[in-house]
Amino acid sequence: MIGLNHYLAVSIIMFTLGLIGIMKRKNLIMLFFSTEILLNSANVALVAIGHFHNDMTGQVFAMFVIAIAASEIAVGLALLVRWYKKTGTIEIDSLMNAKG
Amino acid sequence: MVYNILIALFAPLLASFIAGVFAQSKKNTLIGIISSFLIILSTLNSFILLEIVATEGDISIYLSDFIYVGMLKIDFGFIIDPISSIMMITVGVVSSIVHIYSIGYMEHDEGFNKFFSYLGLFVFSMLVLVMSDNFIGLFIGWEGVGLCSWLLIGFWYEKKGISWCANEAFIMNRIADLGMLIAIFLIYNYAGSLRYEDLFLAAPNLPKNIIFWIAGFLFIGAMGKSAQFPFHTWLADAMAGPTPVSALIHAATMVTAGVYLVIRINFVFSEAIFVSNFIVYLGAFVAVFAASMALVNRDLKKIIAYSTLSQLGYMFVAAGLGAYSIALFHLMTHAFFKSLLFLGAGNIMHAMNDELDIKKMGGLYKYMKPTAILMILGSLALCGFYPFAGFFSKDKILEAAFSSDYFIIWIMLLIGAMMTAFYSFRLIMLVFFGKAKYEHHPHEAKIFMLIALAPLGILSLTAGFSDSKFHMFINKVVPDFVINIEHSVAIYLIVITLVLVALSTIFAIYAYKFDIFKPKLENNLIYKLLLNQYNIPKLYSKVFINGYYKIANICVNLDNTIIDKTVDCMANSISKLGEKTDEIHSGNLSLMLRWLVAGFVVLLLLAFFIKGN
Repeated sequence: MIGLNHYLAVSIIMFTLGLIGIMKRKNLIMLFFSTEILLNSANVALVAIGHFHNDMTGQVFAMFVIAIAASEIAVGLALLVRWYKKTGTIEIDSLMNAKG
Repeated sequence: MVYNILIALFAPLLASFIAGVFAQSKKNTLIGIISSFLIILSTLNSFILLEIVATEGDISIYLSDFIYVGMLKIDFGFIIDPISSIMMITVGVVSSIVHIYSIGYMEHDEGFNKFFSYLGLFVFSMLVLVMSDNFIGLFIGWEGVGLCSWLLIGFWYEKKGISWCANEAFIMNRIADLGMLIAIFLIYNYAGSLRYEDLFLAAPNLPKNIIFWIAGFLFIGAMGKSAQFPFHTWLADAMAGPTPVSALIHAATMVTAGVYLVIRINFVFSEAIFVSNFIVYLGAFVAVFAASMALVNRDLKKIIAYSTLSQLGYMFVAAGLGAYSIALFHLMTHAFFKSLLFLGAGNIMHAMNDELDIKKMGGLYKYMKPTAILMILGSLALCGFYPFAGFFSKDKILEAAFSSDYFIIWIMLLIGAMMTAFYSFRLIMLVFFGKAKYEHHPHEAKIFMLIALAPLGILSLTAGFSDSKFHMFINKVVPDFVINIEHSVAIYLIVITLVLVALSTIFAIYAYKFDIFKPKLENNLIYKLLLNQYNIPKLYSKVFINGYYKIANICVNLDNTIIDKTVDCMANSISKLGEKTDEIHSGNLSLMLRWLVAGFVVLLLLAFFIKGN
């Protein structure tokens, strides 16, 4: 029988993978992928907890998260395309002009 | 009437503000003229108030609330009665003349505007002091004149040693002011109010020992302001300031404040017999003590300063005997001739290019007749010759001492009077007559300065004749003092005094005309003792200043090694930490993300940790 803890374990594994991805990857597209994994790990946890508590709120939240993730990716990709056109690269180290 | 009071009180403050606004800008004679005009305006209003008080009685006025805390209620309240109105016109007349005179005296000084600003503030503080109807107002004025004396004595602060003199005056006064403060606390504690009126009503019901302490501590305050022994050392050093300031301090403001206090709070002092007796003895002692130092001093201004000190002693003797109106009368006449002497000394200083040693002068009569005549007039008044003002006031004090059976005091005062005559004419002879001991050609002061001095000369001559009127006026508010001796005895006393003073004067004139004092006299032990002011300044520096200096040094070291180091250490470590953390801010996005994650982990751990507890 698959219980809540199994789902949460999957969520944690996904979250950890996402984090490692964010920290390790240099490519901006890969970074976006990792962010998606992070967000989806949250979705898995929200839906699972909502289901086991017989509460729709978790799923509603998950829908919100999906919507936000989609819009984020839309904006992010647009920016990324502009950046690529300007500099010809999407390596993260090319974004060094935020130095304080 | 209210407007008269407001103008009398606040015109000097306005003058101070106007001059103060231009304090940093270039010297402008107009500032001096405006200031003088405002002070004269204030004086005229004081005269109007005197007239009102004489015809209609005392004026008590409430301007606004001041301090209302718990049970403590203090107003901006002022009282104009015979005592304060006499003080107001004395302050007014002298300060008006000092202001006009200063326009000429400070002509070439860079700080001309600033000087007038301080002068105005000085007059204002003194007026607050004499007009206030409660101890807090008095104390504000009291500290105000202290501050202004510090500003004015140290006016030429760039010159070496002058700040020291200013600080000495200020610190001496501050020490004595502690006594004043304690007295004020005692009064509030036992009388429940700080108004003179309430204390006057409460005083008869207070226990004797409380009255004693109140009177004693008040008198300590008065001793500081009036530079009585042992607080007297600052007065001679205060001569470092510009001469008009000396005139103002010595004649009308600062040093008279102590005498004024004793006269104003007479109901307490007449209850405290012991303190009053002490005042008499101290006054007599100072009268002789200061006069003896003036005998040998070579500094023109210091001689006059010691003379003030000695005359203050006379005033205190009168006040201690209970003859408050006589004390006030002497205060008033003394103000006129002492300011005359000081301003005359200012003329001499200018003529001699700031030379102060009277042994290096001589023969000035030829070059500056008007000043010489005015100075001689002032000296005659100071010695108490008939019919000059000093005669009427000083002789009354001698009579009062005699009639109260204080024969020793009487003799001391007589000796003081003889010394006064001697040193006054020693000064006159050495400065104006004899052989000139300088090269240059001295020039007389500006004509308007001399005209400004003329009223003081006239007052020194005539002020004495108002004595019966004056005593009647003052006796409305102070206990009457009856000189209880027969007329013939009084005549004898006057004759004895006059003859002795005249002899002393003639001796001084003779001695310096024919130069009978040999230079080897200066090796005499007594001469040296007098010249060194009885070694009292040396004693002070040995007993108090050196020890204090050592403690201060230890404190400086502690401050440098412990407190400063700690603060520096904190600042340094934070600055170092900042430099380290600066590296995080490299602009590298992936590095930032890593830090983000690290922070997240830390927060998460923290959350678990706190929850675990």
